[in-house]
Amino acid sequence: MSESHLLTTASHPHPGKLIIVEGIDGSGKSTQLQLLHKWLESKGHKVFFTEWNSSELVKETTKRGKKSKSLTPTTFSLLHATDFASRLYHQILPPLKAGMIVLADRYIYTAFARDVVRGVANEWVRKLYAFAIKPDMAFYFNVPIEVAISRLLRGTRGQFKYYEAGMDMDLSPDVTESFRLFQSRILAEYDKIVEEYGLLTMDATLEIETQQEHMRALVEAALRGYKPRRGTYGRRTLFWRRFEVPKSE
Amino acid sequence: MADARFFGDGLKYLNPSDLKGKLIAIEGTDGVGRTTHLEMLQEWLEVQGYGVMTTGWTRSNLMSKTIEVAKAGNILDRWSLSLLYATDFADRLEHQIIPALRSGFVVLADRYIYTAFARDFVRSADRTWIRNVLGFALIPDLVCYLRIDVETLALRVIETTGMNYWESGMDLRLGGDLYDSFKKYQSLLIGEFDKMAPEFRFNVVDARKSPEEIQNELRGYILPVLQNHKPPSGTKAVPS
Repeated sequence: MSESHLLTTASHPHPGKLIIVEGIDGSGKSTQLQLLHKWLESKGHKVFFTEWNSSELVKETTKRGKKSKSLTPTTFSLLHATDFASRLYHQILPPLKAGMIVLADRYIYTAFARDVVRGVANEWVRKLYAFAIKPDMAFYFNVPIEVAISRLLRGTRGQFKYYEAGMDMDLSPDVTESFRLFQSRILAEYDKIVEEYGLLTMDATLEIETQQEHMRALVEAALRGYKPRRGTYGRRTLFWRRFEVPKSE
Repeated sequence: MADARFFGDGLKYLNPSDLKGKLIAIEGTDGVGRTTHLEMLQEWLEVQGYGVMTTGWTRSNLMSKTIEVAKAGNILDRWSLSLLYATDFADRLEHQIIPALRSGFVVLADRYIYTAFARDFVRSADRTWIRNVLGFALIPDLVCYLRIDVETLALRVIETTGMNYWESGMDLRLGGDLYDSFKKYQSLLIGEFDKMAPEFRFNVVDARKSPEEIQNELRGYILPVLQNHKPPSGTKAVPS
């Protein structure tokens, strides 16, 4: 491990497949991943889903830090890396070792883009995540900033979240304007990352079904030769229930 | 600390050149007496008129609770464990250590990043990653290392606090017995500290000596560091 850029070359040795999506908020990446999830399951695959910043331990801390507005670019970055490490170890690696398909909504590239915009060193954040494994497929949903903004304003949320809009960076007192400035910088970082790590760029302005069709075709081609693990239909819980003492008696 | 520098990729958004204070780190394994000596040093410095701030491992506002919860779970992987400590350190660095140095305080650090280096190394046999991660740390003006042999340490810990799960490195599965595991784990840590001593220019203090002798030795190392750093209400006239 003399250099940190293992990621650009080495593939993981596990029998499963890791498919990840990247893109700014409002790019539609989560919708596309959900549709892919449905399709994979309908084809009989065992699929495990995981998303960015979702492990319980770290989520609480991040929430606390955000509330007190005491997070710095470095602690912000480190907390997300801790969350990722914990999910990699507990959620991503076991299903991959078991030969399952793992779908991840956002991966380390999110950190590379966001954290650098927030002010940490480009090299540092890449070294920080040197323990990550390289995904088998990485999709980047590319969308112009105005399209993302109109989608988000139109959507169920109707407004931007404080950190999503980069309000902590004092770019503009106006939330929409701050979002525009912050996410534009993130888009610029993503452009570099796409090249550096060879992410598959998807045109996220196309119709949902057109994008999904394209995505499924790419995944199908990539899964050729992959031996799916059929499920056990969760019999284990039934097995244990046999030993329970009936409550009514 | 006019020439304050970072170990590696530093905090780009921060200018370390205006840090007037001094950063002094006391390193050493669990139970070696660091905390006692830090208290005595603080007292000694304050009597002389220096502003002193102490900072200790896992004592950040952001992380101390989280780390406790995580350790209670006992299921942490190496990366999460090291990253939790790194986050704690970053929070203290940016919210306590750097502001204090900027205001001219003498900052006494009870453990510094070398503890993280040693602990991560014994869990991974890889020295690169954690050093890269903690590249944003400031290089201290002085590091004193309280060195002890594992036999003396084991006796001392049993006499005082007793051995616990983490200080015995039980997560490493070095053996089922607490005492054996403690000795194996602490020898690994001491071995790693010994290797770092010349690399990072630690001032090694023999922690088997009497507390008075140790304290005098520590003061002997600290005095020259403070020589061009006048106490705020110093009686000696130092031209500014």
